[in-house]
Amino acid sequence: MKIHEYQAKELLKAYDIPIQDGVTIEDLSQAEAAVDQVSKELGAEQYVIKAQVHAGGRGKGGGVKFSTSRESALENIQNILGMTLVTHQTGAEGRLVKKVTVAEALDIKQEFYAAITLDRSRGQDVFMVSSEGGMEIEEVAKTSPEKIIKVAIVPGFGLRPFQARNLARALGLEGAAAKQAISMFQKLYELYRELDCSIVEINPLIVTEQGNLVALDAKMNFDDNALYLHANVAEMRDLDEEDPAEVEAGKYNLNYIKLDGTVGCMVNGAGLAMSTMDIIMQVGGSPANFLDVGGGANVETVKNGFRIILSDENVKAVLINIFGGIVRCDRIANGIIEAVKELDLSVPVVVRLEGTNADVAKGILANSDVAIISANSFEDAAQKVVEAAKS
Amino acid sequence: MSILVNKDSRIIVQGITGSEGSFHASQCQEYGGNVVGGVTPGKGGQTALDGAVPVFNSCQEAREATGANVSLIFVPPPFAADAIMEAAAAGIELIVCITEGIPIAQMVEVKAFVETTRSRFIGPNCPGILTPDEAKVGIMPGFIAKKGTVGLISKSGTLTYEAAHQLGVEGLGQSTCIGIGGDPIIGTTMLDLLQLFEADPETEAIIMIGEIGGSMEIEAAQYAKDHVSKPVIGFIAGQTAPPGRRMGHAGAIVSGADESAAAKKKLMAECGIIVVESPAEIGRTVKTTLNK
Repeated sequence: MKIHEYQAKELLKAYDIPIQDGVTIEDLSQAEAAVDQVSKELGAEQYVIKAQVHAGGRGKGGGVKFSTSRESALENIQNILGMTLVTHQTGAEGRLVKKVTVAEALDIKQEFYAAITLDRSRGQDVFMVSSEGGMEIEEVAKTSPEKIIKVAIVPGFGLRPFQARNLARALGLEGAAAKQAISMFQKLYELYRELDCSIVEINPLIVTEQGNLVALDAKMNFDDNALYLHANVAEMRDLDEEDPAEVEAGKYNLNYIKLDGTVGCMVNGAGLAMSTMDIIMQVGGSPANFLDVGGGANVETVKNGFRIILSDENVKAVLINIFGGIVRCDRIANGIIEAVKELDLSVPVVVRLEGTNADVAKGILANSDVAIISANSFEDAAQKVVEAAKS
Repeated sequence: MSILVNKDSRIIVQGITGSEGSFHASQCQEYGGNVVGGVTPGKGGQTALDGAVPVFNSCQEAREATGANVSLIFVPPPFAADAIMEAAAAGIELIVCITEGIPIAQMVEVKAFVETTRSRFIGPNCPGILTPDEAKVGIMPGFIAKKGTVGLISKSGTLTYEAAHQLGVEGLGQSTCIGIGGDPIIGTTMLDLLQLFEADPETEAIIMIGEIGGSMEIEAAQYAKDHVSKPVIGFIAGQTAPPGRRMGHAGAIVSGADESAAAKKKLMAECGIIVVESPAEIGRTVKTTLNK
């Protein structure tokens, strides 16, 4: 799960990590009060107005503006709140900005990068820092990987003080700033571990002209499996930032991801679902979605699956590819027929059932009075559905 | 021969008194596997599978009383990490965890813990292991597989069934099928299993089914290049998957590897893996390879 920058900063603050503070608003009517509050409580004379969306590259897209006065701050809030922000992570359609943060502007002396995430292949968390703060870290990794310093964290031992010292030294920090960094890095790892983050990224981490270390931006993602342990984090979910159809699918425990194509897919199992998308493309079509209906496909899951898939107007045909294991194919066939009848489907449906009682299922589909195109193999199914989507 | 499990495996089921645990334990028993007991803390002294096997309070007790060497875990996510560690501490040789949804940070610690023991651990979030005609330790439907000479390793459940089905169409069977699970942290990797299949005299060819994300397939392929003499047929699912949907970019920087399907397939091919482009061609490709 992703959260906004302002929410991530709230969590940093709770862990006593210095942040660039501010006030977040959802409505233009709150703008003046917000600017005045930042001015009064934080002593700010200059401001940064920041769009709050779940996407990186906000600055380049025009979603972050520096303001030297109250008037310019208000003007920038007006421009950013409600704008459609396009960044390299939002896609061409962009993202509607529903929240903005009015933050204090800080005098930046130095910019760094700090992040913690899981190194899957080593099975350990890794703490990374770089002197190249404020840049796209992918770019740094490509052009000067030696500028990214990594420390592996031994499971159960946390970030040891010597490791935090080494990280601070790698950034060339000395004196008070080094002390602040050592303390901050340890708290940051505590936060990462205690809240079951999958990523914590501070970019940039700055040293101010006054010599203080401050998190200017913050990005946090969380392990969905662990959200049940952290109600305060789970509450931060912002459904406005997610695709409505994906949110709807989640309610039915269906794993759905919308894509750009015309062939809707309903499959059991993530690997088979991805392969089904792949083969559709290989035979000349384009998948409209990823949909894993899970192990126990039944009438209800099939119906809900259809509803979600057909909420996408681009869908011209649907492929159901189910490999019945524990679930018997004849039951699934009856479920499909019932769903097709009840939902009065207007697009062709190709069905491929394999596994337990597949032959019985084919008979049921063939003898039914609904227009279902039955397929004999994986490839046959893909060809038939792509053909149906084109006609 | 086969790898990991066979007719002599003595299986206990942790979570045998739950609905999933009892259902699948009976399925494993029906398949012919030797289920010798179950473990549910607080329910020791009861029986399971219609009175056929005893339930114990701990893995230690279960192992001492039954001589179990394999544990199959259906414990719910909040307790599953502990269950795996308990089995490892009790000296169970092979632990297979089916449970889906265990917090990743807990799995990081479980993996480190298990490495301090002699246990091998498969999963979590996987369909388990099937050695045709001998034993099933997991949730794979038994009918999909038949005795043969192809070793099957897969990150995905139903795609494993698909591959086994395609082999069946070609008249081929499997030595052992293993679903290793698709979670970021898993106990046994593709590389580990390549080693075991290479050493198994009954296995003539190996199928390795991977997907986007992580670098496990690449590590396995690089190992296979120098250490595996048997043909390895590889498939990567997720060619059309939108990038960045599963993991943020920091993950990719860590591994330093390109985790896309195209990049993986290219590297695998360079290591001598026979890469299948279409998921419908897995069985046919194995057949052609074995006929060469």
